[in-house]
Amino acid sequence: MEFAELIKTPRVDNVVLHRPFYPAVEGTLCLTGHHLILSSRQDNTEELWLLHSNIDAIDKRFVGSLGTIIIKCKDFRIIQLDIPGMEECLNIASSIEALSTLDSITLMYPFFYRPMFEVIEDGWHSFLPEQEFELYSSATSEWRLSYVNKEFAVCPSYPPIVTVPKSIDDEALRKVATFRHGGRFPVLSYYHKKNGMVIMRSGQPLTGTNGRRCKEDEKLINATLRAGKRGYIIDTRSLNVAQQARAKGGGFEQEAHYPQWRRIHKSIERYHILQESLIKLVEACNDQTHNMDRWLSKLEASNWLTHIKEILTAACLAAQCIDREGASILIHGTEGTDSTLQVTSLAQIILEPRSRTIRGFEALIEREWLQAGHPFQQRCAQSAYCNTKQKWEAPVFLLFLDCVWQILRQFPCSFEFNENFLIMLFEHAYASQFGTFLGNNESERCKLKLQQKTMSLWSWVNQPGELSKFTNPLFEANNLVIWPSVAPQSLPLWEGI
Amino acid sequence: MEHIRTPKVENVRLVDRVSPKKAALGTLYLTATHVIFVENSPDTRKETWILHSQISTIEKQATTATGCPLLIRCKNFQIIQLIIPQERDCHDVYISLIRLARPVKYEELYCFSFNPMLDKEEREQGWVLIDLSEEYKRMGLPNHHWQLSDVNRDYRVCDSYPTELYVPKSATAHIIVGSSKFRSRRRFPVLSYYYKDNHASICRSSQPLSGFSARCLEDEQMLQAIRKANPGSDFVYVVDTRPKLNAMANRAAGKGYENEDNYSNIKFQFIGIENIHVMRNSLQKMLEVCELKSPSMSDFLWGLENSGWLRHIKAIMDAGIFIAKAVSEEGASVLVHCSDGWDRTAQVCSVASLLLDPHYRTLKGFMVLIEKDWISFGHKFNHRYGNLDGDPKEISPVIDQFIECVWQLMEQFPCAFEFNERFLIHIQHHIYSCQFGNFLCNSQKERRELKIQERTYSLWAHLWKNRADYLNPLFRADHSQTQGTLHLPTAPCNFMYKFWSGMYNRFEKGMQPRQSVTDYLMAVKEETQQLEEELEALEERLEKIQKVQLNCTKVKSKQSEPSKHSGFSTSDNSIANTPQDYSGNTKSFPSRSPSQGDEDSALILTQDNLKSSDPDLSANSDQESGVEDLSCRSPSGGEHAPSEDSGKDRDSDEAVFLTA
Repeated sequence: MEFAELIKTPRVDNVVLHRPFYPAVEGTLCLTGHHLILSSRQDNTEELWLLHSNIDAIDKRFVGSLGTIIIKCKDFRIIQLDIPGMEECLNIASSIEALSTLDSITLMYPFFYRPMFEVIEDGWHSFLPEQEFELYSSATSEWRLSYVNKEFAVCPSYPPIVTVPKSIDDEALRKVATFRHGGRFPVLSYYHKKNGMVIMRSGQPLTGTNGRRCKEDEKLINATLRAGKRGYIIDTRSLNVAQQARAKGGGFEQEAHYPQWRRIHKSIERYHILQESLIKLVEACNDQTHNMDRWLSKLEASNWLTHIKEILTAACLAAQCIDREGASILIHGTEGTDSTLQVTSLAQIILEPRSRTIRGFEALIEREWLQAGHPFQQRCAQSAYCNTKQKWEAPVFLLFLDCVWQILRQFPCSFEFNENFLIMLFEHAYASQFGTFLGNNESERCKLKLQQKTMSLWSWVNQPGELSKFTNPLFEANNLVIWPSVAPQSLPLWEGI
Repeated sequence: MEHIRTPKVENVRLVDRVSPKKAALGTLYLTATHVIFVENSPDTRKETWILHSQISTIEKQATTATGCPLLIRCKNFQIIQLIIPQERDCHDVYISLIRLARPVKYEELYCFSFNPMLDKEEREQGWVLIDLSEEYKRMGLPNHHWQLSDVNRDYRVCDSYPTELYVPKSATAHIIVGSSKFRSRRRFPVLSYYYKDNHASICRSSQPLSGFSARCLEDEQMLQAIRKANPGSDFVYVVDTRPKLNAMANRAAGKGYENEDNYSNIKFQFIGIENIHVMRNSLQKMLEVCELKSPSMSDFLWGLENSGWLRHIKAIMDAGIFIAKAVSEEGASVLVHCSDGWDRTAQVCSVASLLLDPHYRTLKGFMVLIEKDWISFGHKFNHRYGNLDGDPKEISPVIDQFIECVWQLMEQFPCAFEFNERFLIHIQHHIYSCQFGNFLCNSQKERRELKIQERTYSLWAHLWKNRADYLNPLFRADHSQTQGTLHLPTAPCNFMYKFWSGMYNRFEKGMQPRQSVTDYLMAVKEETQQLEEELEALEERLEKIQKVQLNCTKVKSKQSEPSKHSGFSTSDNSIANTPQDYSGNTKSFPSRSPSQGDEDSALILTQDNLKSSDPDLSANSDQESGVEDLSCRSPSGGEHAPSEDSGKDRDSDEAVFLTA
């Protein structure tokens, strides 16, 4: 398929661009395979380059022969284009519509993007699991790297290399994988050097209604406990939801079979509930009627801040277990690819000073989101303006970033990066020239040969010139555990987004 | 002293608001001016001081097995819960405090006994620090349109106005007196702010006594005079800050608003700001929300919205923005009034002035603004903030709202204000504390009669002395955005107005950001300054050494080359040594506490604050302070191994997270 077929009108003159808080710009509109470009064709004036993949929804309306296209972007921007001529307008609108909903990943911009900068360090190799493992292998010999998932045969959403207890062999891992949702057997997520406690994550156990058990699974997670110690299992679903999951073959760890573990349920919402929350939030933010009353009730109705509070509370609880109680924890929800990752990664932000540096945070995203198989492709397919609600779209990653921002606001001097860094990550997760956030897991990324065919976001970000934009001038390394407040008074809305 | 039934109670527990299971055991003292709680724990001996004048309400709750709880709510939004073992003691404390918190004579207030160890001269200097006649001169007055009128000499015309008043030159004494008879409480139109750039002005008054049909020629002439004083515009805005319904209701009582048919060339405008009773209830509702123990997000947002507080803040801001625009963009003069012209009018005039004039956004300028629009124009501080026992219906957070408006603006324009949040909070504190004489009484006349300036000290001098603590490190006087009028975005978004937890939850330390950017930047700034001084000193020294060297070489150069060389090397050494001395300085530096060296200071809201201000600055304390808020377990709790018992404990300990 050629892009040219989809572009009915490549160029229109005298188009007027309206953006909130900017003066209107008149210029020439061009459509390319991946971009919508508006240039005023004068020197020193900025041009608008918009990736088609950033477009969430478009509306068109006509007043006489003047057509107006309103483009709503995934990064919540709304821009308006006034196009003279009805036919041009219709052509442009249908071209944009087609180009922004390409269904083949290999037609996306990252596969065509050629970097204009010199690659100093290839981001695809910046954060290798082996290197990450070395960081704590000096402190403990109880863990090992396992290559059991080399061909993605054991668990399709796991990376080829995972960290597991040394005493458990690959054969046992294969058995455990059959007992966990999606083959996601418990793996190491974080090792707390201070006291040797760990965070593990997994999918739900497939106990079903008749209470199946798996000796290897019990052995695996018990292997992480020191003699006489107890651990905690944090289930990110409410007890009710977890019980219902049994009917579908899922379930939770029975206390009788895991006597050394105590289970805590911390309900975190998922999927379309989050998506609806985002839709309502953005709608409230865009409401132009200046009515204070309605704003607060709309904010409340969106429940966005409630979700933030739930996630942060669960993460604080996890960090508390590790650092204060000196107990290891296992975190899972249903699949272990969404709320589980929010909790494990936020707990690390709280516990581990390294994850509050730029490189450490990048490593965290690489490890806990990309490698861990958060389905970015599915979750970030649409944003707040889209009406076609798919079950798998959800702003899980955005919520995580918002939580990080909340902690950053409370500890403004403890982070090496600033708000812009978080916003940049959000934008690239939804639409990017880089291949980093394409695909749903490592297996898909391998099949797409992303490493060979696209650029890594990290290659671009980690250039000194770019990094300066994202550095927090107030940063002073804080080697301590930071304990954020979760009271509603402490959690404002993130205006940057 | 005769009101104190029991000066000392032992074994009292001070309950921690965030984690009620944790309570500090100590001794409670009642003094003539303060309630003091001293912790028993020998290593801390933490002290909490509360001024009697800060006490808003005292509530004796039902006796429990542990003792008799006493809840003290303060006007600065601190909440103290004490548990007193003996019912009888509790009753005595309760009765004493009820009396102590409601003084009936001005002489009982703290400012008459407060002595900051300043001599008479220093005190007098303190009172002249803020000089309103200087301020009018700064505005460019008097000029050929405006003059100083002595019509209110000895408060003959209006007893709630000051003696120094600026009126249009064409307004004769006859017009003024005539107009004053047609205005509520004789508060006739006078100048509040003069905008030099285009001669437009903001004037203020009370409502006219128009009833349904009454009119007054002199009052109409007065408004004409205001219009003529601004040759650039052919009309005057008359802004009534009340909701239209309220203004119409006033007509039935013989008051009301200007009839556009009677006054030539006016544009009349209502701006619906609610009255003091609505505001009082709104604050009450919001504080109830703040007091909730571990509320859910919806509880909080719903409660906040239901209180209407932010809506009222927005209404005041909108009025200020309207006036600032009329003055700066349309070049029109504005007359502002409400009912009596001392609450909403003061709020709106001062917000508009703050938007228009960068001077009011400096430390001293802000003091001048409060002195002018609030103190001198007879805002009834005594009634509104309940300094003396009075009618509870008169109490209302009028100036609190103005201070919050300033904070909201500071959030929008972080570089436009010379002062920081702490400055606002301390001003709010002292409006209620009665430690300084500035905010006593209801008018200038009363203050003169009471000889306030001879008997008490001025807050402004005190704040000025400690101004280093109140500076905003981000302030840029030369930035294009901060010069002239502040321009808010044309379509103000609703999320512009935020809940100010720094004010209303300021005593719940756990909820505040743990690291202060302001303090950090101030520290960096100070450090830079020290380094620069150091550099200067070193350069001077280097110059001297080189001079000496030069002399030496002149003498010695022909004798031997090597000696010259060694001479230089010594000077090198001395330079290399100095930075090491310095590193000692820098080390001690980041832990500088904002209120250190401030022993006599009134700024120390409580002793507790003085001590805990240190941790705020240094990141090291995060661990302690943070953990205490998250878990209620005793400090040793974190260490013990999770045995069966500790598993049980967890339930209660984690209450904060689990129930949330």
